[in-house]
Amino acid sequence: MKTWLVMICGGLLTYATRLSFILLLGKIEIPAWLQRSLRFVPPAVLSAIIFPELLLHTGKLDISFHNARLVAGLLAILVAWRTRNTLLTILVGMVALLVLQGIFKL
Amino acid sequence: MQTKEFWAGVKAELPLLIGVFPFGLIYGVLAMGAGLSTTQAQAMSSIVFAGSSQFIATQLIGAGAPASILILTIAIVNLRHALYSASLAPYLKKLSPAWKGILAYLLTDEAYAISITHYERGGDIRLKNWFFLGAGLGLWTTWQISTAVGIFLGAVVPPGWSLDFTLALTFIALVVPRLADSPSLAAALSAGVTAVAAFNLPYKLGILVAAFVGIVVGLGLETRKSISGQKGAPAPK
Repeated sequence: MKTWLVMICGGLLTYATRLSFILLLGKIEIPAWLQRSLRFVPPAVLSAIIFPELLLHTGKLDISFHNARLVAGLLAILVAWRTRNTLLTILVGMVALLVLQGIFKL
Repeated sequence: MQTKEFWAGVKAELPLLIGVFPFGLIYGVLAMGAGLSTTQAQAMSSIVFAGSSQFIATQLIGAGAPASILILTIAIVNLRHALYSASLAPYLKKLSPAWKGILAYLLTDEAYAISITHYERGGDIRLKNWFFLGAGLGLWTTWQISTAVGIFLGAVVPPGWSLDFTLALTFIALVVPRLADSPSLAAALSAGVTAVAAFNLPYKLGILVAAFVGIVVGLGLETRKSISGQKGAPAPK
């Protein structure tokens, strides 16, 4: 039930955002500060997901080579930075995690 | 002519679809891992129809976040579509409400990227709407099919494969190439550190707090850069 509520409300808000200026053209302007902030939404939100996934192990900070997700994630960051290749980034990160988990039982 | 324009839109979208398919697939896998039913997982791909926010929603649902936080997070992640809407609005001005309604529904990152360049090339705008429709529907169809394949995979892949890690990896692949300028990089780092520090906040509020901090830091740094740029200070040698 909750999931349906979230989907429908989230979907309606998303649709309203997409429709907004197409429908209201000429009646409202997008404020300059909002236009400038939107550029930072993707890096901020995505990093807010990535960091805890890599740095926290069962809710506790774990910065060490025993943290397989951190090592695999750093490798993926390197690949993403050098190649800008999405699929390669995901593949390298996933293989690295599975190898680390398999070999070291991390 | 209209049919030709429609298929031209589908064709222009094709290279992007190859990249979209794995995302839909991963979304399907993650949704199953978060405990959504197959109907819910598939329905989200047509009701919300926005990749990153669907990924984040599955994570928050899996973590048991309350509905209000989930809805707010989805809305904020998708705010960028207002920019696309504003950018396309002049070209869609003369269309009927039905056309506007349908094209707005199909307005994703990928459909926008392909269509705006086509509109900007000039020519008969009425025909170009068919191009947008083709690009949008091509993406929509791919997203639904890849979601379905992911749902199937998510049900058969054993949990020991740590497929949930594809979420972090997908986001790394999306965010790292965008960090070319220092305000973006600062926004990403400050948001990431805040998210770790705020991880134990109630209601999974951490992501929203972190996003807010990141956006403010990015904006602040950009403002400072543009002010010092306006003063015409000589660049350090």
